[in-house]
Amino acid sequence: MHIFEGFLPSPWWQIWFAVSIPVIMFGMYQMNKLVSERREVVPLLAVAGAFIFVLSSLKLPSAVTMSSSHPTGTGMAAILFGPAITAVLGVIVLLYQALFLAHGGITTLGANTASMGIIGPFVAYLFYRAASKAGMNFYLNVFLATALANMATYLVTSLQLALAFPSEVGGVFESFKMFALIFAATQIPLAVVEGALTALIMKYVVQIKSEMLVDLKVLSSAALAKIKGAME
Amino acid sequence: MKLEYIVGIILLLFAAQFFYGLAIDPDAEFGGADGAAEDVIAEIDPDYEPWFGGIGFEPPGGETESLLFALQAAIGALVIGYIFGYYRGKNQAN
Repeated sequence: MHIFEGFLPSPWWQIWFAVSIPVIMFGMYQMNKLVSERREVVPLLAVAGAFIFVLSSLKLPSAVTMSSSHPTGTGMAAILFGPAITAVLGVIVLLYQALFLAHGGITTLGANTASMGIIGPFVAYLFYRAASKAGMNFYLNVFLATALANMATYLVTSLQLALAFPSEVGGVFESFKMFALIFAATQIPLAVVEGALTALIMKYVVQIKSEMLVDLKVLSSAALAKIKGAME
Repeated sequence: MKLEYIVGIILLLFAAQFFYGLAIDPDAEFGGADGAAEDVIAEIDPDYEPWFGGIGFEPPGGETESLLFALQAAIGALVIGYIFGYYRGKNQAN
């Protein structure tokens, strides 16, 4: 999903910065507030960030398009802390990759943050909250929310490229199909793996730090009691 | 342990789709999708040149790049393992 350095012409790279910067600012505000009100949440925040570090470094092969791509790892942070804080964590990873790995870029940081750090996590967050209200099984919910976020991230990247590079015949829609064929199709098996790994790490959070899930309003006490009951 | 089994099966299925792809097309290199997108851009707009580049560190080759990716994963795994281990030990001590 990394749009390479210099590969978004004006005005698109500015537009995506304009989208991302306010969310990152809000995320920093939220993160500051959270950390000063609940210091005990810092280790979990670090784990969520570290999870993005690990998953986004894994380039996994996909037989759908015979190419490789990577999961995003943002689902965990989105479910625990919401999309704005996730955007801050995402931008850290994207900066590391842009500065040290020549993956992505500074001029495309706004666009890459919008897809991986904001819109994908936002999808995960909305799905998780809605399905949680409807009473879906916690792990299935995490799995689906994260897999959907992964797909959404890559669809956004496809759209970003399609808007910047409309095809001469067929325009933006035709370009979108071409990019989505590469990105979204490749992601299908990766989205499943990412969903599964995120569900697993959330299980360990339930095991070792379940009271924090209630504090962060990720689970109600009743829902948590039910999950813990099923564990024993 | 039920969830662990399901995740294990999903990972096996993932490996299976990889080997299936490899069996169909033994010459496949599984190159990056990001690079494939670059080719599509070249197809849509053959004259497009990246207008900006080279501000960060560019790994001189595949070896250094894989070093930095491994470092990224190692940092992440270290943090997760340390904190989860810390909590687990603390829970057991109580």
